[in-house]
Amino acid sequence: MAQIVGGIATSHIPAIGNAIAKGLQEEPYWRPFFAGFERARAWLKEARPDVAVVIYKDHGLNFFLDKMPTFAVGAAAAYRHADEGWGLPVARPFAGDAALSWHLIESLVADAFDIVSCQEMLVDHAFTVPMSLLWPGGGEWPVKTIPIVINTVQHPLPSPKRCFHFGQAIGRAIASYPEKLRVLVLGTGGLSHQLEGARAGFINKKFDLLCLDKIVAHPEALARYTAMDLVALAGSQGVELMNWLAMRGALTGEVREIHRNYHIPISNTATGLMVLENETLPTIRHPAAA
Amino acid sequence: MDGHSHRNIPGTPVFDGDRAQKGYALNKMCFSFNCEQNRKAFLVDQEAYCEKFGLTPAQREAVRKLDILAMIEAGGNIYYLAKLAGIFGLGVQDIGAQQTGMSVAAFKEKLEAAGRS
Repeated sequence: MAQIVGGIATSHIPAIGNAIAKGLQEEPYWRPFFAGFERARAWLKEARPDVAVVIYKDHGLNFFLDKMPTFAVGAAAAYRHADEGWGLPVARPFAGDAALSWHLIESLVADAFDIVSCQEMLVDHAFTVPMSLLWPGGGEWPVKTIPIVINTVQHPLPSPKRCFHFGQAIGRAIASYPEKLRVLVLGTGGLSHQLEGARAGFINKKFDLLCLDKIVAHPEALARYTAMDLVALAGSQGVELMNWLAMRGALTGEVREIHRNYHIPISNTATGLMVLENETLPTIRHPAAA
Repeated sequence: MDGHSHRNIPGTPVFDGDRAQKGYALNKMCFSFNCEQNRKAFLVDQEAYCEKFGLTPAQREAVRKLDILAMIEAGGNIYYLAKLAGIFGLGVQDIGAQQTGMSVAAFKEKLEAAGRS
């Protein structure tokens, strides 16, 4: 049976991708952000995932406003990044796992989540930047991937509670997959930030720190907010917290916090990183790793 | 959109169905800027490019002035507008400064200050 080894939530700002491309990781501006990922990468070496399910939002690369699915699941053998218009270098392609995708799709629809399935899907920076942070360097990505998109672009958005339940359904789907696979779930975006309007630049440190605390053991407390509450408390783009909630919902066991990092600002954003392990998996410690 | 749970949050436009309808042509034009050829075509003749996508007069005027708040008022969505701004080398901090009436340096300082709070 497939196992969920854990979940990681991280910001996905395009500027991070540019900083990686320019090799700025050790610069004083960037160091507090990038340093947070060393522990995450060390944990990944122990956790040894085969597949990463990446829950994110598409910022107008794959989906335009002509068709805007609330929940969409990739079902392709491979995924490509592409030109997003403002100069981020295009990431190398990602392998998919179509068999697991279709299992997810079957299971989610049976579970009353009427998702859109996508046999072709471009993945944008919200998918590629976290992948580059977790597995830097070139060459083949060490995991297959399944992109899952939640609409946090055009209101009405799904509610935080609905996203948490969606994540739980993803967790059930993975847990019922007969193949022996180790699965990592990523939730990308956040934390507080706002790009548009006279309140652009809005950051709410107090609320972000509350989110980082609650996402570990009391995610239901965050799922009680409405989407509009999140806009008010975390900014227009702070609603990306819903991707974190879906990730957290997918974790099937008691979770253990491995690592967190919080740094203000990168670009216009208060950045967060959270690494969570499924505590019910005693086999995760691998003597050959470390 | 009365009857839906929209809250009036000062300085915070909520991109909903009303705005999505109003801004469709503008956002569709900006979506086309994912393609380099289209970015070049826009720069060659901005007016003709706006015409091709059927922008409203208000949208055209906002694009002409590269006025982000006016584009948002005309239904623009920030993720699409960012693609237009990128053509002129403007990033989200430049856009943030413009919308808040601050210098870019002051806008960045405001963000840094949020970290120290």
